[in-house]
Amino acid sequence: MQEGRVLPPAQINKDLLTSILTTPKWYWPAVGVCSFIVLIASIVVGYMINKGLGITGLNRPVMWGFFITNFVFWIGISHAGVMLSAILRLAKAEWRRPASRAAEVLTIFSLMTAMTMPIIHTGRPWRILYWVFPYDFARGIFPNIRSPLVWDPSAILTYLTSSVLFVFIALIPDFGILRDNTTGIRKKVYTMLAMGWQGNVRQWKLQIVAGVLLSALILPVFVSVHSIVSWDFGMAVSVKAWHSTIFAPYFVVGAVHSGVSAVVFVLILLRWAYGWQDYIRKEHVEALCRLLIVVATGWFYYFCMEIIFGIYGREADEIAIRTLQFATYPWNIIMIIFIVTTYFLPICLWSRKIWRRNLYLVSAACISVNIGMWLERYILFIPGQINKQVFTFTWASYTPSVFEGIIVLGTFALVTLFLLLFSKVMPLIPLYDIKEGDILKTEIQVGRRTVPATFRED
Amino acid sequence: MAIKTVLGLFQDANQAADAGDALKESGVSEKDVDFLTDCPYPEGAFGEREEPIRLFLFPFIGGLLGFVGGLMITSMTQMAYPLITGGKPILSLPPMAVVMYEGTMLGAILFTVIGVIFESRLPHKMTEAYDERVSQGYIGVLVTSNDDNSQQVNDILSNAGAVDTKIA
Repeated sequence: MQEGRVLPPAQINKDLLTSILTTPKWYWPAVGVCSFIVLIASIVVGYMINKGLGITGLNRPVMWGFFITNFVFWIGISHAGVMLSAILRLAKAEWRRPASRAAEVLTIFSLMTAMTMPIIHTGRPWRILYWVFPYDFARGIFPNIRSPLVWDPSAILTYLTSSVLFVFIALIPDFGILRDNTTGIRKKVYTMLAMGWQGNVRQWKLQIVAGVLLSALILPVFVSVHSIVSWDFGMAVSVKAWHSTIFAPYFVVGAVHSGVSAVVFVLILLRWAYGWQDYIRKEHVEALCRLLIVVATGWFYYFCMEIIFGIYGREADEIAIRTLQFATYPWNIIMIIFIVTTYFLPICLWSRKIWRRNLYLVSAACISVNIGMWLERYILFIPGQINKQVFTFTWASYTPSVFEGIIVLGTFALVTLFLLLFSKVMPLIPLYDIKEGDILKTEIQVGRRTVPATFRED
Repeated sequence: MAIKTVLGLFQDANQAADAGDALKESGVSEKDVDFLTDCPYPEGAFGEREEPIRLFLFPFIGGLLGFVGGLMITSMTQMAYPLITGGKPILSLPPMAVVMYEGTMLGAILFTVIGVIFESRLPHKMTEAYDERVSQGYIGVLVTSNDDNSQQVNDILSNAGAVDTKIA
């Protein structure tokens, strides 16, 4: 894990602040394209609010479609931040350094985007206020806290607030560096954000302790968020296919799988876009791919368990839902694509060292995982609602409308836009973390070999 | 007597540590010497005094407040209009526990962040002696001294190998 060369601090500043202090040619066109897609999606949302949910493909009994699928997908992506940053920080994994900030930032933006989905899905977004305030002001009737739909915002808002604060604390030293490397209005803004940071012994000690402490505190929140999101479905007795005890760990591991894959893809893009070959090195990508093999296999285990336990009991509802998923067109085709793209294709591409170091193949594998994980949520949620159940008076399938497609596309553009805008004002790789890693690097003589090594402070 | 700050800039961590030792030998109190760096160095790298911190207290206080907040939200909102839903008790512990858990964690994290900022003495007015070269990898040895001693401190830092010194 020591392939990179040790760079002087001034060089690290110059390289890693390049996204802020210079503007590459592709930057504004990319911002323009993303903004345009977000604008179109916003217009569609406005149109939908005006006309009602009738313009979507949602109809009884399928009332949770593309929007909720997309909501769970983005919540899943958000799990990469904590996974990489907190767990690897606690484990003192050296290779986390270049990936941690990008992962944390992706967490924030994907969470923010995810939160738009249920709000849009309500059809009347202003009624979202009833999640917090009494829905009957006169009689003071507050939301029913027995509903998982109320637990959801409490968990997601906790996770979002925690993630923002986690990133903010780690950004303070970088604000100090930005303050020292900018002029004019930008210097004033960064001076304010740095709050007088000087980098003295006490401040660094607290920064290190805070990193560990916040990591330890945010990890249980990370597990709780996707567990609670899974309970939106798992606690629903009315939809038999969703009523499963395995959903919480299954969702959490799946979220890590898709989230870490997304982070790897973002890192490869950053390396290419800003020429950060000295920072985001192939050894980092390879280490992440190894981690992904373990995560993917863990996820596949849960997937198999869910199917096997469903079928083994031979309950009529379970058999009906599995028949729908595995033997009924088009769900069977989606199921095959989902299994291949989520597990078998990426595992093949990550199986050999030479392939793990081929960034094109790794990118393809990471995109494949995320296509698969989106389809996973789709095939998990929709057939469960289509499946005929007692006391439901109407049956229909679900065909998403073009409006839903545009809104979903808009969320991808929104996250990309957020990342682009963030990269223009704040460093996407923590400068002090990279410098600290370089300070602790050394070489040791073992027999006749000189081996790169890293010192670690306990 | 006016208080002055003297900054010596070093390119090497060993030289900065030696400067710290020289200052101590000359009678400068340990608490008047600080080391400014652009990244964390291992604790004690400059022979600095141990900094006591009380950060671990903050998450406990925050967690407790968050727990109480969660308990109040889940119980008082339901008690405000005791409507029985699905035959379940008005105060049902399992769902209450979920919100109380999130409240506890949110409180703990919020207070940890407040604790980090408070214990780091931020926001803080930058010392006038601060030099932007610290963020370029130079190690700053910052000494608080009175007017009379500032030149002597400046000389000690220069003799220890400081590439530049500043009195403010």
